[in-house]
Amino acid sequence: MAVVYKKSEALTDAPLTYCPGCTHGIIHKLVAETLVELGVFDRAIGVGPVGCSALCDFFFACDMFIAAHGRAPAVATGVKRAHPDKIVFTYQGDGDLASIGTAEVVHAAHRGEKITTIFVNNAIYGMTGGQMAPTTLVGQKATTAPEGRSEEHCGKPIRMAEMLATIEGAKFVERVTVNSPANVRKAKAAIKKAFECQIEGKGFAMVEVLSTCPTNWGYSPVEALRWLDENMVPYYPLGNYKNEL
Amino acid sequence: MAKKLMKGNEAIAAAAISAGATHFFGYPITPQSELIEYMARELPKAGGCFLQAESEVAASYMVYGAGGAGARVITSTSSPGLALKQEGLTYMISAGIPCVVVNISRGGPGLGNILPAQSDYFMCTRGGGNGDYYHPCFAPASVQECVDLVRHAFDVADKYRMPVLVLGDGMTGQMMEPCEIPPRQEVKADKPWAADGNHVARGEHNRINAMDLQADVLEAKNEDIQRRLKEIAETEVMYETVDVEDADIVFVAYGTSSRAVKNVLSKAKAEGLKMGLIRPISLWPFPTEAFDKIKKDCKAVIAVEQSCGQMVEDVRLAVLGRWPVEFYGRSGGNPIIPDDVLKMAKDILGGK
Ligand SMILES: Cc1ncc(C[n+]2csc(CCOP(=O)(O)OP(=O)(O)O)c2C)c(N)n1
Ligand code: SF4
Ligand SMILES: [Mg+2]
Repeated sequence: MAVVYKKSEALTDAPLTYCPGCTHGIIHKLVAETLVELGVFDRAIGVGPVGCSALCDFFFACDMFIAAHGRAPAVATGVKRAHPDKIVFTYQGDGDLASIGTAEVVHAAHRGEKITTIFVNNAIYGMTGGQMAPTTLVGQKATTAPEGRSEEHCGKPIRMAEMLATIEGAKFVERVTVNSPANVRKAKAAIKKAFECQIEGKGFAMVEVLSTCPTNWGYSPVEALRWLDENMVPYYPLGNYKNEL
Repeated sequence: MAKKLMKGNEAIAAAAISAGATHFFGYPITPQSELIEYMARELPKAGGCFLQAESEVAASYMVYGAGGAGARVITSTSSPGLALKQEGLTYMISAGIPCVVVNISRGGPGLGNILPAQSDYFMCTRGGGNGDYYHPCFAPASVQECVDLVRHAFDVADKYRMPVLVLGDGMTGQMMEPCEIPPRQEVKADKPWAADGNHVARGEHNRINAMDLQADVLEAKNEDIQRRLKEIAETEVMYETVDVEDADIVFVAYGTSSRAVKNVLSKAKAEGLKMGLIRPISLWPFPTEAFDKIKKDCKAVIAVEQSCGQMVEDVRLAVLGRWPVEFYGRSGGNPIIPDDVLKMAKDILGGK
């Protein structure tokens, strides 16, 4: 029988711990498939965050680190400097990358660190139960913004792709999402380029992936995909922000 | 081997390179600047990688990454910087990552000042981050000892898979003394646990992390950490004693203050007074066994520190009520005045 689909060899057999309908799983799959398709799985090293993907060291079949909250780009810097010939990526949430770890990602980009960052923006702190993130939309409810995020009180959400694209050392920056088959394909193409950026030794690359958190948003998986489309995409425009490949 | 006149800070850096360190990550701070500058200049010449981090927090995670990937790695800082590195240290304890961390300490609390002080004893010996742990901490008192202890620290770190601290102060870092730097050794330590990207050849992936969600798994990890710490406590104790057996007064002092106390000892000797010194070289594990050499009718054990009294707590635990424990300390970067220490000791002896 012809094999139509099979799980990437860059993923282990460990069952994913994500909630039903969460798009973290799709993003894992895209990263894993890309590593294999680019022929770099056998020299990849990943660095996971603190957040819902803090167990991704069990899921990715390559050597893995889990960093402290926000520190993945610094850990990846150490790994890459120790093994410049390896392909090093970070996988981070929005609390991780856009709040506690802003300094680390900005400076990894600023140094032109030859790593690839997968930034999973779900506009919420998923793992800790739905607190406000710097990326939470104005008006969006969170457990620490029970009336919805107020611009007056805590500003407007931060746009990391736009910001990082201004940094010289960042050579590839794109924002994608995975809420439809077409968008999944585009996301994969962007992730591929972000790894090619590293393979070619160009500099820092980041793909921001708008992702769902049905559990903490309080929607069904299908509603969450729609909410993302109607609310996140307008504020976080999809597209390429930097491509110096 | 020819002796060279070197500053403590430079000697530490040179010793790290000679010990086979391949990676240095750090952030500038006085009074350890010569160390990071020497590394920037010399480590690349030895084929290594020097990288200035954006903060001490980032530096400690670069160490986590490079050390976890199998490199022989070192970072250095001074007190406020070490405070920031504590998060990384507890993560490295949990993840089992060897590295050497140098603290050329200064006056505190807060930004304090850049003068020599020993007020980081607690932070350096108690496991300054969260969780159940200690880590070895060595305190050199001369430039040559800086060299020897840095090399030793790398081997201890690799053997027990944990961070090892080397604690000096502004004086240790700034003073110049002759020292011998051994030739550089290339270290090919066997690190089968390292996440170095060889998962395919190895047949399984290595995972470096500091989180264990299941109680039993975390407890097993903690027991393993404690097992290694126990072995260190049994085998890695280092100290020097001077005239302790016969002494009516025994001082306990480490690093810079031990040099002031040696000055006190010669003054006392000239006056016919019997005084001795226990100089802890490993601050953790603390050399409790050295105290067994003290005679029964010794009048007092005096802890001498450039702090408001930190090591004195370990001294009390080591003494266990056998002799009165007194404390002499200066803080704010002020030096220990040997004549004041001698006077204090003489007062205890009753003007003898
Ligand atoms: C130093 C530190 N502060 C706080 C936490 C608690 N914490 C764990 S995960 C998390 C937020 C994660 O959110 P995000 O990065 O958006 O990832 P998600 O779970 O949404 O994928 C926080 C605050 C922590 N583990 N460490
Ligand atoms: S809490 Fe949200 S982000 Fe985390 S696994 Fe569940 S749905 Fe996904
Ligand atoms: Mg999130």
